[in-house]
Amino acid sequence: MAFNAEQLARYSRQIILKELGIKGQQKLKQARVLVVGAGGLGSPAAFYLAAAGVGHIGIIDADEVDLSNLQRQILHGTDDVGRPKADSARASLLALNPETEVRALRAFVDAGNIMGFIRDYDFIIDGTDNFPAKFLINDACVLAGKAFSHAGILRFTGQLMTYVPGQGPCYRCVFREPPPPEAVPSCRQAGVIGALAGVVGSLQAMEAVKYIVGAGALLTGALLTYNGLQGDFRKIALSRRADCDVCGEHPSITAPVDYAQAVCDA
Amino acid sequence: MTLTVTGVLKEYPEGINLSRLIELEKVATPMYVTVALNDDFVESGGFGSTALKDGDKVEFLYFMGGGR
Repeated sequence: MAFNAEQLARYSRQIILKELGIKGQQKLKQARVLVVGAGGLGSPAAFYLAAAGVGHIGIIDADEVDLSNLQRQILHGTDDVGRPKADSARASLLALNPETEVRALRAFVDAGNIMGFIRDYDFIIDGTDNFPAKFLINDACVLAGKAFSHAGILRFTGQLMTYVPGQGPCYRCVFREPPPPEAVPSCRQAGVIGALAGVVGSLQAMEAVKYIVGAGALLTGALLTYNGLQGDFRKIALSRRADCDVCGEHPSITAPVDYAQAVCDA
Repeated sequence: MTLTVTGVLKEYPEGINLSRLIELEKVATPMYVTVALNDDFVESGGFGSTALKDGDKVEFLYFMGGGR
């Protein structure tokens, strides 16, 4: 696959990176990434992936843009309030890079549809805002053998980890099962600073790019935490759990599970 | 004894267990914290029976559900 002069100019700053090159750019062009949630994390993640020249981006969100989203969900503008987020996201991504193929899906992910959604993608980005969805994405990716980036944010702190089949723990190894609704604070109750979503969502895009081009070391076997108030990053090494319910030696979860959905629009 | 707790080297009373450390560190959601001791997970029912020794490394991992 050859690139024309315009494409070479657009991607020149990354093609000159020895870890990427023309070969890496071709891999990005051929890659398919699914972003679940067009919100705080999904916005920067999808933006940077489109900018980098990822060939196909799927973006799933069932909601409409609300004024309270705009403080952090940078895919959407003031004129988009009331518009489906999936559509607004698609328009923003195409405005940034018309060469990207963007599939906008207006849906909530659940046990019945998640396997179908992830099937055609190489890498999945969890940009959701609730534990049932985070566990659902983890389990589906483990079951389907897909690599994905998990992330969560709250107030001024965030964390992320990358799952690659056969390499290190999955999200369920670390957190076992969703906490009861209301047991831990949500962003709606506790707040979140927009730039935090920007930092963590951008790190998710970085993980996707590294996975696609095969550069560097992924955040597998580790949880990277960021404390924005202190300006502190920490990388915590973690092992797999042999008795993990989904990726362990004798898994009890063999199909995606729906947990009671606490309404928690972060 | 000296423990490394969330990356910080600190002195703690001799022979305390994990439950006591969780109290001393004022963990906000002790029911829902995941603990890694020397990089391995500790079962949540086993904090009271997990004695800590000099040089142990403890990490507290918290649920973070936001994203949108």
